[in-house]
Amino acid sequence: MFEILEKKALNPTVIRMTIAAPRVAQKAEPGQFVILRAGDESERLPLTIADFDREKGTVTIIYQIVGAGTMELHSLNVGQCLHDFVGPLGVATHTEGLKKVCVVGGGVGCAIAYPVAKKLQSQGAEVHSIIGFRNSELVILEDEFRQISSELKLMTDDGSRGEKGLVTAALESLIQNGHNYDEVIAIGPLVMMKFVCQVTKKYGIKTMVSMNPIMIDGTGMCGGCRLTVDGETKFACVDGPDFDGHLVDFDEAIARSSMYREQEQHAREASCNLFSKEA
Amino acid sequence: MADMNPKKTPMPSQAPDIRNRNFDEVALGYTYEMAVGEAKRCLGCKHKPCVSACPVGIDIPAFIERIANEDLHGAYEVLSHSTSLPAVCGRVCPQENQCEGKCVRGIKGESVGIGRLERFVADWHREHANEDPVLPAPNGHKVAVIGAGPSGLTCAGDLAKQGYSVTVFEALHVAGGVLSYGIPEFRLPKSIVAEEIEGLKKLGVSIECNTVIGKTLTVDDLFDMGYEALFIGSGAGLPRFMGIPGESLKGVYSANEYLTRINLMKAYKPNSSTPIKRSKKVAVVGGGNVAMDAARCAKRLGADEVYIVYRRGMEELPARREEVEHAQEEGIIFKLLCNPIEVLGDANGDVCGMRCVEMELGEPDASGRRRPVVKDGSEFVLEIDTMIMSIGTSPNPLIRNTTPGLETNRHGCIVVQNEDGLTSREGVYAGGDAVTGAATVILAMGAGKKAAAAIDEYLKSK
Repeated sequence: MFEILEKKALNPTVIRMTIAAPRVAQKAEPGQFVILRAGDESERLPLTIADFDREKGTVTIIYQIVGAGTMELHSLNVGQCLHDFVGPLGVATHTEGLKKVCVVGGGVGCAIAYPVAKKLQSQGAEVHSIIGFRNSELVILEDEFRQISSELKLMTDDGSRGEKGLVTAALESLIQNGHNYDEVIAIGPLVMMKFVCQVTKKYGIKTMVSMNPIMIDGTGMCGGCRLTVDGETKFACVDGPDFDGHLVDFDEAIARSSMYREQEQHAREASCNLFSKEA
Repeated sequence: MADMNPKKTPMPSQAPDIRNRNFDEVALGYTYEMAVGEAKRCLGCKHKPCVSACPVGIDIPAFIERIANEDLHGAYEVLSHSTSLPAVCGRVCPQENQCEGKCVRGIKGESVGIGRLERFVADWHREHANEDPVLPAPNGHKVAVIGAGPSGLTCAGDLAKQGYSVTVFEALHVAGGVLSYGIPEFRLPKSIVAEEIEGLKKLGVSIECNTVIGKTLTVDDLFDMGYEALFIGSGAGLPRFMGIPGESLKGVYSANEYLTRINLMKAYKPNSSTPIKRSKKVAVVGGGNVAMDAARCAKRLGADEVYIVYRRGMEELPARREEVEHAQEEGIIFKLLCNPIEVLGDANGDVCGMRCVEMELGEPDASGRRRPVVKDGSEFVLEIDTMIMSIGTSPNPLIRNTTPGLETNRHGCIVVQNEDGLTSREGVYAGGDAVTGAATVILAMGAGKKAAAAIDEYLKSK
């Protein structure tokens, strides 16, 4: 079974969990994802792989407690097992041949951006990182990014840590300071990725984004994760999750992501009540 | 002397206006007396036309004779000789085109209710027998089966009965394939699927869920792990869309997604953690069994109006007659000779309508069916809040993209050399929807059965 070997809070709502999953660890590459179910009745939760160790047979995920599914996952502790854990799914991030890259991470998206940045650095690429959060409390992986980045910009919306401002402002100033990037890799909220793409389009810099839409099976079966990319319908689970950000229809993706907002709100309140009753 | 009543014993069922509000099984099954009575309508023909029309070759007159003689153990033995999933086949096979279509009693009246009798025997056995099957001596050979759907489970069961050590690899978190994610509870209760699978496990079949072949492991990994032959029964799971404007609006589902949320993820249960849209007006586009399933699910979830929108006429509907009748009884509205050309959305990106055109039937096309052509000036808008696309599926590319030397055709289907299901790779067999494109449960089972026999021969001669 898929035993939880480690569980650590990176900030009050973002948790890192390491899970025994030897077959997944054997094949995992940065940019790919897993689908897990905490219990027998749980929903299928897609999460991008944050790290893996082939020798130890472990896979690390980082999740933010936002809905009923992640709350249920969070109710499990070290020594307990996840009911289901399948992967690695999706196509790995292409890192070959890149010499100088700017990696932009937003919020919990930094958890996915980090393994990509690490792989780029280990392949000898020069990595600049811009990581953005709402405030100082929510900052994660700062030390990890610092170790592998020759330039690190830490941004917060309220200026309580690093520089005050959006990641797009930091990106634009790096570009204007004469840095020529082969590619920008942006991973974070849809709105952030949309605006990063608007900046890079202006400068003609290829930009890859990691999409995380609603999905069920993760193998191409449901079509719920479909996106419009360059006018064509693509399935994020098998064609992605990485896409050329300049070709993605972000407005459509943003609209689709709100499909179950009302029902998710109900589920969240229901689980909160359950938790408070137990307490 | 056979009972010469021209009519089949009717199937007790939930009343339409009751059942369209619940997910319990529609058909309730024969009683013991009904089954024995119906069995006595069989003439026991010597030339057995029914058997020739059964994809898995069940000795139909033999099992029916045993029911007539009230030997239900004996009847079950005859069934289990040919099928690993009798409770499933008795419920979802298109018997009217197969065994019952060839029944001599059908010439001057109604055929014998072969499917209903098969179901009765399987259900009786499940309730009354609890002896474990006699396991064959292991023959020391390992076979891997990819996909725990009808073809894979049949292949696995047949090989296990001959002493092979069989492991089935399944991508989802439960076994069953379309029996679990696709066919709804009210046609095929999931507890029955689970028990049939339990029966295979008792035969020694091992099932590993959460393993995507082409991702977690490849076909070549499986050979490296010591499996000597492989059967690919990965199905045709990739949904098609029409390619019309508005398909990405909120409220447009593939039938696969809609049914998976409901059946596999239990979204119909009040405490389910899987959300599904609570629709008022639903259009299901397509006319197959899957379209009927999706429409009947939408009705049960509380929709006021549910339409089947199909571009040809009633005669051309590919769904089973019984499914169409059930849908009509439950209040599904059939909008035939009608084709959507655009999905309309409101300011929030939610579906609010569907622009359609009326069709008329022209000359027969390559499929032999009359080709639908657009009627000039017939455009109209159908007000809906949900649209479900049920216009077919194609095989998943994950295996073909990661298996060097595996030949596939332009539709993405695996190419097989003959009926045995041998592919272009030595020791690799395939069958079911992965080879044929979307078809029926029983045809997939037939393919799994033939491949099992071929794998047995291949490994014995190796």
